[in-house]
Amino acid sequence: MSHLYVEGIGLMAPGLASWADGRAVLAGERSYVAAAMPPLTATLLPTNERRRTTATVKLALQVAQEAILNAEIDPRTVATVLASSGGDSEVVDRICTALTQSGRPVSPTHFHHSVHNTPAGYWAIATQCTAPSLSLSAYDDSFAAGLLEAAALAWTEQTRVLLVAYDLPLPFPLSEHRTLAAPFAVALVLNPATTERRLATLRLKRSDDSSVSGLDDAQLEALRLGNPSARSLPLLRAIARSTATRLSLPTNAAGALALEVEP
Amino acid sequence: MAMKPLAVTAYTMSNALGRGVAASLAALRRGESGLRPCDFEDATLATWIGRVVGLEDEALSGEFAPFDCRNNRLARLGLEQDGFGVTVRTARQRYGADRIGVFIGTSTSGIGATEHAYHQRDPDSGQLPGHFDYQHTHNLFSVADFTRRWLELSGVALAVSTACSSSAKAFASAYRHMCMGFCDAAVVGGVDSLCLTTLYGFNALELASAHPCRPWDADRDGLNVGEAAGFALLEWAEADDTRPLLLGYGESSDAYHMTAAHPEGAGAAQAMAQALARAELRPQQVDYINLHGTATSSNDAAEDRAVLRVFGPETPCSSTKGWTGHTLGAAGITEAAFVWLCLEHGLIPGTLNTRCIDPQLGAGVVLESREQALHVALSNSFGFGGTNCSLLFGRRAM
Repeated sequence: MSHLYVEGIGLMAPGLASWADGRAVLAGERSYVAAAMPPLTATLLPTNERRRTTATVKLALQVAQEAILNAEIDPRTVATVLASSGGDSEVVDRICTALTQSGRPVSPTHFHHSVHNTPAGYWAIATQCTAPSLSLSAYDDSFAAGLLEAAALAWTEQTRVLLVAYDLPLPFPLSEHRTLAAPFAVALVLNPATTERRLATLRLKRSDDSSVSGLDDAQLEALRLGNPSARSLPLLRAIARSTATRLSLPTNAAGALALEVEP
Repeated sequence: MAMKPLAVTAYTMSNALGRGVAASLAALRRGESGLRPCDFEDATLATWIGRVVGLEDEALSGEFAPFDCRNNRLARLGLEQDGFGVTVRTARQRYGADRIGVFIGTSTSGIGATEHAYHQRDPDSGQLPGHFDYQHTHNLFSVADFTRRWLELSGVALAVSTACSSSAKAFASAYRHMCMGFCDAAVVGGVDSLCLTTLYGFNALELASAHPCRPWDADRDGLNVGEAAGFALLEWAEADDTRPLLLGYGESSDAYHMTAAHPEGAGAAQAMAQALARAELRPQQVDYINLHGTATSSNDAAEDRAVLRVFGPETPCSSTKGWTGHTLGAAGITEAAFVWLCLEHGLIPGTLNTRCIDPQLGAGVVLESREQALHVALSNSFGFGGTNCSLLFGRRAM
């Protein structure tokens, strides 16, 4: 199967406040401390839009922006794939609350923010990117589904793809029925062709062995299991360590997704 | 080189016109709308809707009981029509259960279950009732998960959720997965059901019409929300395939506004042009366009400019939203299925409810249905967030 080259990475989670920050932790240069995330800036968004957007949009755009800046590429022609288990639950909570009130005063802004492709829409507006974009969910396996879609898009259409995976803890009372441990977002710029920007080389294969790669650090492993987007952590660790690694990601297909990572 | 075509080897559709393909074809031929004044749950809105009758009484049971919600009931109802399950079972024996992917478009999945749960919150603690099952009802993947389990498939599965282009883009995703060998065949679908979120949401945006929708009409004043389920089995086409073929697809982003279409329809035109390029066809070779045609003032105007830019004023086109309403995440496959019916039966549908075409608009909109042999037809689906998808289908002469 063809190769896929990682050209830029964005990362945001407690204690992993950027790829530079997270890379050092994942490479084992310093230990993981789940420090609070810094305020999300998402400076690409026009001020007016930034004020109206939610934490979900800011988180997704933050890592997307970081990955594109790291790759030093023009985002206007880069196709995007956005993967998230549940999208913006804060907006869902507000709409469902409004629907219990007299007159059912659903806010028009909340309603148009309720679509799963809201972050994709804001990204396109912020970067003037008119390339194709697909937003998807595969519940706990959303990251692997996003990676497969991004790989298929990159190879089939011979184009760079920005993959963004993001999930935030749900607000009460939804939180009691779907528990996410912490916010987590990751973005990867993937190119089917190799360039001098290459940070790592990926090869995707299906594996009949359904065992899944984990992490040694108990806190990082808890983060991996506590957020669908954090299922990307073994891949990020392999890239951070710059050593050839074969790992296995959970997917919803029979078996697992085998990933060969080379520096 | 033109893209390798995919054959639509089985399909089914259920919507306000009834259950199964025959109900939609009969209504299309008779010019009978499925729209009705809004009678969904206790909504008090002066609008019309496209409702699938009887879903309220058709609970999922047994191993599927956790999935029980309006959206998955609609999915089940859809999967049971036209022998679709039997055809997929045969394909499963041929390809293997893990080699058939599932790609389902949905905009709101089973959010209705969460709406109901919020109505039953404990007044003291604020908690939702204990029986509320987020994963199997509300979560976007729920409907894709239900579909794969119902069909006993174990290949890749995902929910595409890009608002009203969702189940059109599911075709593009399936094609790419098949090209890569991630699966050998695909079940593509779209399921979106009526819920208070979309009814009150479109009402809040002042986009819901108090009348049956009138696409391209000078007096058009908004859309009608509808619900639908549609599914198709996609396999690589054979050399002499006479079934409907996916010849091309085009996708783009407006990069303009979250809810308003680009006024010049730039993204829509880009999607249509890309679909033609992928199929290596010229605009003059397209016999019919099924418009997105929601009947909101600005969306129709933008799509009109886009169609004029790519096709000019001659290509016959129409919107079938007057039959089904706007079925949101299911619109892509519902209207693709209308296109397959038109290709198979030599039919160009009119634009139901539309009486007087807006003189500001110039696309070749057809008001009265007519019989005409078709070889190539396009279907447009656009959505919030500026997402655009055009699908190009064709049928070889028998």
